Amino acid sequence: MPTHVQESSKPRAAAVRDNRAKFLERAMSRHHYSGDALIEVLHTAQELYGYLTPELLKTIARKLKLPPSRVLGVATFYHFFSLEPKGEHSYIVCLGTACYVKGALGLLEVLERRCAMAGSTSPDGKVSVNSARCIGACGLAPAMIRDGEILGRMTPEKLNEDLDRIGVE
Amino acid sequence: MTIEELYETQSAELDRRKRLENRIYCCTAAGCISCGAESVKKAIADQIRSSGREGKLEVCGSGCLGLCSRGPLVYSERDNELYGEVAPEDAPALISSNPVDREQLRFKRADLEAPFFAKQHRIVLANSGRVDPENVTDYIAAGGYQALAKALTEMTPAEVIAEIRTSGLRGRGGAGYPTGLKWELVARQPTDTKYVVCNADEGDPGAFMDRSVLEGDPHRVLEGMAIAAYAVGAQQGFIYVRGEYGLAIQRLQSAIRQAEREHLLGNRILETGFQFRIDLRIGAGAFVCGEETALIASIEGKRGQPRQRPPYPPESGLWGKPTLINNVETFANVARIIERGGEWFASIGTEHSKGTKVFALAGRIQNTGLIEVEMGTPLREIIFDIGGGVPRGGKFKAVQTGGPSGGCIPEELLDTPVDYESLAAVGSIMGSGGMIVMDETSDMVDVARFFMEFCMDESCGKCIPCRAGTVQMHDILARLTRGEGTPADIDMLEQLSSLLKEASLCGLGQSAPNPVLTTLKYFRHEYEAKLKEPAGAGAGDSAAAAGGEER
Amino acid sequence: MSVKTLTIDGKMVTGAAGESIFNAAWNAGIHIPRLCHIGGLSDVGACRLCLVEIEGQPKLAASCLTPVEEGMVVRTNTPRLQAHRKLIVELLLAERNHICSVCVQNGNCELQDLAEGLGIDHVRLRYQFPRLGVDTSHERFGIDHNRCVLCTRCVRVCDEVEGAHTWDVKGRGRNSMVITDLDEPWGQSETCTSCGKCVQVCPTGALFEKGKTVAESRKDRRFLKYIVTARKEHQWIR
Ligand SMILES: Cc1cc2nc3c(=O)[nH]c(=O)nc-3n(C[C@H](O)[C@H](O)[C@H](O)COP(=O)(O)O)c2cc1C
Ligand code: FES
Repeated sequence: MPTHVQESSKPRAAAVRDNRAKFLERAMSRHHYSGDALIEVLHTAQELYGYLTPELLKTIARKLKLPPSRVLGVATFYHFFSLEPKGEHSYIVCLGTACYVKGALGLLEVLERRCAMAGSTSPDGKVSVNSARCIGACGLAPAMIRDGEILGRMTPEKLNEDLDRIGVE
Repeated sequence: MTIEELYETQSAELDRRKRLENRIYCCTAAGCISCGAESVKKAIADQIRSSGREGKLEVCGSGCLGLCSRGPLVYSERDNELYGEVAPEDAPALISSNPVDREQLRFKRADLEAPFFAKQHRIVLANSGRVDPENVTDYIAAGGYQALAKALTEMTPAEVIAEIRTSGLRGRGGAGYPTGLKWELVARQPTDTKYVVCNADEGDPGAFMDRSVLEGDPHRVLEGMAIAAYAVGAQQGFIYVRGEYGLAIQRLQSAIRQAEREHLLGNRILETGFQFRIDLRIGAGAFVCGEETALIASIEGKRGQPRQRPPYPPESGLWGKPTLINNVETFANVARIIERGGEWFASIGTEHSKGTKVFALAGRIQNTGLIEVEMGTPLREIIFDIGGGVPRGGKFKAVQTGGPSGGCIPEELLDTPVDYESLAAVGSIMGSGGMIVMDETSDMVDVARFFMEFCMDESCGKCIPCRAGTVQMHDILARLTRGEGTPADIDMLEQLSSLLKEASLCGLGQSAPNPVLTTLKYFRHEYEAKLKEPAGAGAGDSAAAAGGEER
Repeated sequence: MSVKTLTIDGKMVTGAAGESIFNAAWNAGIHIPRLCHIGGLSDVGACRLCLVEIEGQPKLAASCLTPVEEGMVVRTNTPRLQAHRKLIVELLLAERNHICSVCVQNGNCELQDLAEGLGIDHVRLRYQFPRLGVDTSHERFGIDHNRCVLCTRCVRVCDEVEGAHTWDVKGRGRNSMVITDLDEPWGQSETCTSCGKCVQVCPTGALFEKGKTVAESRKDRRFLKYIVTARKEHQWIR
């Protein structure tokens, strides 16, 4: 089992997983299977599955009546969409201007040393490291996002503690 | 609701508040949430409940209170006090009716008379921190949707446009195009189907004004859009929000739902014949989608690549129909202009730049946060009086405005007033309002390299000057920062700058050289100090030697 | 149809209303350099080689996308434009691996012609030397991404003329690449009709026919005009 799907013991999560195809179908039908809704549909697909597999893209292309190459073209244009499985935890370091001048590179260095290079996932599938261009928390620079939560005024020390806490070697 | 009900709701809510002893506002903008605002708010709510004074005291969330560097922030209405760095343990003292208890918090009090607050002029942010963004009644109590009611019942679309023209409002998304003129262009189109789009893609690194407005006062933007729709004759609107702005998206969704339920949006707005629906479109991580033609492509489900203008969106935009695109802050000014009149707005600011501008202060500055000042305020006043200068005795070196399309302004030009023309004259732009302060630890060549890297990564790849030119410029700047550059490199940097400026397809490439050009202009000595050999030596033309490969 | 009269490089020229400056100039024997434009396909204004100066307009205009107007004064070959064009072609040459001496298209290449026409004898920029692949999985054709200039003519001809939309572009910025279907090997494409139109419109040696020698490797573009005239005007003249 690949680690990209966040395993959870909650029965609800399991039910969601089994119904993913149905949820995706519902999202497409809400948009009347219109090709204009491609980006919304890709957002939904990624939310449900964690990343976009070729099979998913093929299904979406067929249902929205779009050429496959166009679907892939759109999915690869936007940095939000991922064609590869993501780690159990995700760290996004802001490399926007405010964070950059306040030492964001030091944070990225910690992650790259302990987990994975930016844009990739650690070999054990535990942590995905990414960078962003301003997450809009410049008042709290340097800032980062861990699993969707903004961490402000970070330091390499705080980050190291955080990594220890989730059990990164 | 009808217009009468709108006014009734307002007075009922205001009456209810009169019976309260105090209303406490907890900043629940993304910045404060990330330092624990939610638990502070919960602690206060729990404390009110356990003290059994629910009918007398009330706690609510609020938009950005401005002083982000001291979050979590709490504002107490009764004594008009702002507290910073509030912890859940402070809840009992905060709600206490005994002034002695409240005195315990004196060290956390922010001085509302300090220049940070006193020198601001709030129009766009007037409600921010004073209304609960999750509650439409709060917005109505603050006079919300009355401007829409006025426009729908007392004004013709042409009069609305005339009022906006009188106000002198210009686009806050960067270029500063006169808003009234743009509305008129769309209104003039004979087609039935038209669209109104709010550009909330705020991609400039170092800018978070639009996010704060959306998080703190979403209805103000919805009301502005509805007034615009009435003026230009549109029935469908879209808000294109950056995917990174999770909280803003959530707040907008709930605001749209509430407004529809109250008939402030939708099919029978205020029971008049006017209809207008707003849908959200979530961006997916591409800076260039802030450019209006790329944004249109993205809403249509395509790769976000800009196209040639003309035709401009007011003639041919979404699905080829006339489309009005304005920035969040532009729309946020509209209701106040309709309410108080164009003349009033035009009396604020400078001759060609009217009103106020919101800036996000960040970088090496004491008071990071969100501020709103009258157009024409000198940079020095913003950075030193309002912003509190560089912290810990550091020395100011430059301020960067306008993000990757803007420029770095040195100390000697700090008396430049902030307005569209003055900033352009010094080689920068107003941009969307990010202001990043750098001190003497910042290496200006590296700053230029940083912005070029941004543009290189964000280039859509359609036109050659931007796609390949940013790569070459970044290459040269990286070489310079490593101390491997030559005078020929600087020369090539200037040639490439001129190419990108004049030949690129869209604003991204056209303005990408600005950070390089301004740093070359004001900090050329820093470039020259990094050369492999002193300037003027001329020999060892390594770029030509290395690049001189035969085809 | 109304006719507009304008001046291009000092010469009086006429064009139909709605016609591009590029076409009006071309018909009058003034050949503006271009790479992404090809007669018969839609224009995208991406290569920026056809930029011209129009009197009274501060900005340069892409002539392929700017319609003629009465009384316009256009200049197509000023020193400023020449300098820009030269640098654009140098940018292309440095972007990927264009090594003419080992290319099937040597002597028949639009990029090479442009470089020669602009008097480029060496490139002042650093070569990027990206590592890009060659896909020869298709039985008749191949694509060498090292020689692709991302003009998107293949994408447009496949979509607009053949109607298959096998090609598109993936990624963005310098990571852009043309792809077939879901970036699968061309030979396995379910949508490709093997019509070969993409190969014929490709300006460089990026798309090529297998097994042809350099001498045979001339691209034939007449088909495009034939099909487009047939469709638009119902005249089948070759
Ligand atoms: C590369 C690029 C990025 C842009 N990003 C934004 C943005 O994030 N937000 C915005 O409002 N305008 C942005 N703009 C400007 C828009 O194209 C457009 O001018 C603006 O939304 C018009 O609104 P206004 O007249 O209210 O300013 C950008 C322009 C360019 C060239
Ligand atoms: S620069 Fe990092 S949050 Fe804006």
